[in-house]
Amino acid sequence: MPANPDRGAIDVRGVSKIFGSGADRVAALDDVSVVICENEFFTLLGPSGCGKTTLLRLIAGFDFPTYGQILLHGQDIAPLPPFKRPVNTVFQSYALFPHMTVAQNIGFGLEMLGKPKDEVTARVDQMLKLVKMEALKNRKTSQISGGQQQRVALARALAPQPKVLLLDEPLSALDYKLRKEMQIELKRLQHETGITFIFVTHDQEEALTMSDRIAVMSQGKILQVGTPWDIYDKPSERFVADFIGETNFLTAKVEPAEGGKANATLSSGKTIAATVAENLVPSGEATIVVRPEHARVVKGEGHLPGVIDNIVYFGTDTNIHVRLDGGGAFIVRQQNTRSAGSGFELGEHVGILIADDAAQVLKD
Amino acid sequence: MARSNFAIKRQPGFATIAIFCFALLYLPIVTLVVYAFNEGNSVAIWQGFSLRWFRQAWNNQQVLEASIRSVQIASVAAVVATIAATMAALATTRTKPYRGLTFKYAFINQPLMIPEIVTAVALLIVFARIKVATGYSGLGYLIAAHTAFCIPFAYLPIRARLESMDLTLETAAADLYATPWKTFTRITLPLLWPGIIAGLMLAFVISLDDVVITEFVKSGGQDTLPTYMLGQLRRVVTPEMNAISTVFLLISILIVTLFFFISRRRT
Repeated sequence: MPANPDRGAIDVRGVSKIFGSGADRVAALDDVSVVICENEFFTLLGPSGCGKTTLLRLIAGFDFPTYGQILLHGQDIAPLPPFKRPVNTVFQSYALFPHMTVAQNIGFGLEMLGKPKDEVTARVDQMLKLVKMEALKNRKTSQISGGQQQRVALARALAPQPKVLLLDEPLSALDYKLRKEMQIELKRLQHETGITFIFVTHDQEEALTMSDRIAVMSQGKILQVGTPWDIYDKPSERFVADFIGETNFLTAKVEPAEGGKANATLSSGKTIAATVAENLVPSGEATIVVRPEHARVVKGEGHLPGVIDNIVYFGTDTNIHVRLDGGGAFIVRQQNTRSAGSGFELGEHVGILIADDAAQVLKD
Repeated sequence: MARSNFAIKRQPGFATIAIFCFALLYLPIVTLVVYAFNEGNSVAIWQGFSLRWFRQAWNNQQVLEASIRSVQIASVAAVVATIAATMAALATTRTKPYRGLTFKYAFINQPLMIPEIVTAVALLIVFARIKVATGYSGLGYLIAAHTAFCIPFAYLPIRARLESMDLTLETAAADLYATPWKTFTRITLPLLWPGIIAGLMLAFVISLDDVVITEFVKSGGQDTLPTYMLGQLRRVVTPEMNAISTVFLLISILIVTLFFFISRRRT
């Protein structure tokens, strides 16, 4: 099932969460509003302490907002305790019950909902099959590996068929290979169950690969919400551009152009066509960003002249670090071919060519 | 393991001191146990092996009554103290740290710090008043006193268990539609059991063993096994006392061993 943009599964309205008081007062969330659609894989992305886990805890009911409303299919759930919300969580530490078997763990939620025994058994078997854990159903949770515990935690949270599944950095304890496997597994589960997933992570790569939409958070605020493509290619603010991937920041004189775009005059005096962050009328001095793979190094002048400082090879690509004549640095990423090297040498005077619309004008 | 520069075992005289200490600790007990099996009336001159003193103690009506009374008091006191200690432990660990929490720890553990004789005298005075006012002079006073000083002993292992428990488990239960009561009975209590059993047994042994407070609080004819033995020792010393002590020792060892295995068991 594709994400349904017409129906908001979770509607967060003006939510603030304030801890402490007086001088110790900290706003973990500061007037946050966001709509998360039905059947969507939605990611809250940000560094630690940005408020993403706090927002998740408010949706789960482990904490209550100081101000604001949280609507689940139109009903305000903010005052409800966690056991009255049709929302389940996969915890970072998994939090499996150590005195129960795998099957008992998975059946716990259904049992608490008062489902009849045969229905619980049938559903547990179905969940075991979904996460491919049938063989281990009678094991104690201490007798299975970390990756298997992860699957049990998922099955346990999915078993009661929640309206929304919350995942709090569930992959952070796994090693690299297992994490990659689970990323695909999670996407598959979300697709098969059609449940809205809200996923919390600080790993930008994880967010880009898995999400339908991403909210980038910093210091208790949501800075930008968009598809992975929006977030990566059309960042609205410096923080977003900097947090996700490698970026070159340049200062330019900008003026509006046709089609909501801008003309940006660089320090070299050359002008390039740039896209503009949403709701921004470009004028005067502004910061623009160019992704390293959206520029090329050329013999000759290009848009920005400079000297090659460093050449870093890493398998698929090579990064060429250029010290600009007008001051500052610029990194260009070029894909490697089998036969040739980068074609450039350290200390060589080169030009950087920026493709049309490869640059984005930021709000700050 | 990291090699320590200072190995106490290699210091001169270590073995001598260790053997001396262990001898001081265990020789009297060994002697006591050995003479429990003495044929004669002496606790110092060996006159051959016999079980007569065990038989005599078993047939001694006073010993039997004192033993039953000891077990009655210890059972009730241990159960009540453990329930109170469990509630206290839950209340002091399931909250965010706040001002006055340390004071509460100290308050709960107070019987460990106040000299027993002080508590004994205080209880004697208070209970005497109550006895005069109500006319009641049953075992209730001893049970109340024992319960009070058993609470910290039951509290410590339960609190230790609670502190090592992952709080997220309870959050997870609540997330999976368990009401607070269900969370307690299905998650907290089963995981807490080893701590509760350990606390219960510790409290039982402590109550069984008490002399000072019991001696002060008991009314006439309310001897427990330890106070009965104390009374007997003032008159004649026969190996009967050794025999009773030996059985007492065996029971204590049994309970402490059980306590050790239960508190060591991991879930």
